[in-house]
Amino acid sequence: MSEFLFWFMTAMTIGSALIVVLHSNLFYSALALVVTLFGVAGFYVFLWADFLAGVQVLIYIGGILILILFGIMLTNKISSVNISHSNFHQSIAAVIVLGIFSILGWMILRTPWLLIVQQEPEQTVGKIGRLLMTEYLLPFEVASVLLLTALIGAAMLSRKAN
Amino acid sequence: MVVDNLMQWFESWTLWEAGSPLLFLIVVVIAGVPIFLLMAVNALVAVYAELKISAFMQDRVGPMGQGPGLHAGKWGLLQTVADALKLLLKEDIIPTLADRKLFIIAPFIIFVTPFIALAALPFNQNLLIADLNIGVFYILAVGSISVIGIIMAGWSSNNKWSLYGAMRSAAQIVSYEIPVALSIVSVIMLTGTLSMQGIISYQDGTTLGILPNWILFNNPFSFIAFFIFFISGVAEVNRTPFDIPEAESELVAGFHTEYSGMRWAFFFLSEYANMLIISGVAAVAFLGGWHSPIPGFLESPGWSLFWFISKVGMLIFIMMWFRWTFPRLRVDQLMNICWKVLLPLALLNIFGVGLWGLFVA
Repeated sequence: MSEFLFWFMTAMTIGSALIVVLHSNLFYSALALVVTLFGVAGFYVFLWADFLAGVQVLIYIGGILILILFGIMLTNKISSVNISHSNFHQSIAAVIVLGIFSILGWMILRTPWLLIVQQEPEQTVGKIGRLLMTEYLLPFEVASVLLLTALIGAAMLSRKAN
Repeated sequence: MVVDNLMQWFESWTLWEAGSPLLFLIVVVIAGVPIFLLMAVNALVAVYAELKISAFMQDRVGPMGQGPGLHAGKWGLLQTVADALKLLLKEDIIPTLADRKLFIIAPFIIFVTPFIALAALPFNQNLLIADLNIGVFYILAVGSISVIGIIMAGWSSNNKWSLYGAMRSAAQIVSYEIPVALSIVSVIMLTGTLSMQGIISYQDGTTLGILPNWILFNNPFSFIAFFIFFISGVAEVNRTPFDIPEAESELVAGFHTEYSGMRWAFFFLSEYANMLIISGVAAVAFLGGWHSPIPGFLESPGWSLFWFISKVGMLIFIMMWFRWTFPRLRVDQLMNICWKVLLPLALLNIFGVGLWGLFVA
């Protein structure tokens, strides 16, 4: 069962990711991205990272993607259904993409992956919280300062000069 | 809970090997049917209640049939049944210039989100589809998907009212998610768990001598957190006074202007199901879930179910009360309340709960 679900999810994630890139309608691309992100959340569930899966859905689908959709609707002529985008420089892009793909593939195949015993953890949330507050406190704080800077910057930019 | 028990029960028949896909499918379907029925019954009852409550609040009598036939039953009891039949028989109209695919998918996405969220809501000690480790968080996360359906519906309708409604809705839900999540954080700080049953079992017993040990009464900050949660919750389900995404007097019907018949009924069903979920989470997180209001009194599973449903029903009634007594907010007022009042209050609350836990409790 879980094997079937895994392959189904893989097909769903990769298929929708292809739609994101190849569809000519920007709105459809954004909606296909929902499916991709959902598939990634599914992979987290397979890795017993339940909290991370929830975060993935809440932040990426519930937050970022909605802002993307919002941006699409605001930047184009609001009443026109035909929001399309086209791909330029396809040959150059293909070379770069193939390069990145082969480097990533080579890396994945060459890395000696650590295999742990398949065992469901009691709970993940407490452990994540403890690690964030002790071992990874500095990266955590740096990330929050970065986000705060972005927030203030966005407020500054959107403010009307008077 | 229910899924695990069903799984074990079926496996004890030894017709299937343990963990076979077919068995899993059967169990999921059996567990899913009651949720669907619950959503349908909830909408039937809530629509009738809404008609009657609005009528009484406006000094009318509401639907009042006198008998069977075309009269909608005694006291109009059959009114919602008649409404449901009407919706089933209505013509399904899809505008010619609408984006057909998305127009058809959108109601289903909006319908599916409360459906999967209900799987984590405990109705009593045992009546719960799945007790997830991240229960509350799961419901909050899944709830945020419905806005994608709303945007799809608004955009694919190819109608400016729908589009404006969808955009307002997106802005509103993304904003109000933050105070909802932050007020739940102050609950989690007290309970130390995200599991729904864990949060409920924390609220066992009494506090201050007579009061039940609900998180609402735990400390002054958690008392405020309940109101932050409930106000933001009402905003998240697009109910008046926060119903600007479908404001009738400005946007015809907002994002579902172009929908009719069964497709429109899906929006309706999910609106009432969302009310049920927000009230259910409020009852679990602040009002002791299925615990009796008098600690230790009438706490058998049957009574627990009764207490939970009464708490949820009470909160739904309050939402209806809001609807028929408050005027609608403007868009800027709505955003001001969220970002300038509820959000700072919720942040202060988290700080306060932390201090309370360190120095007072």
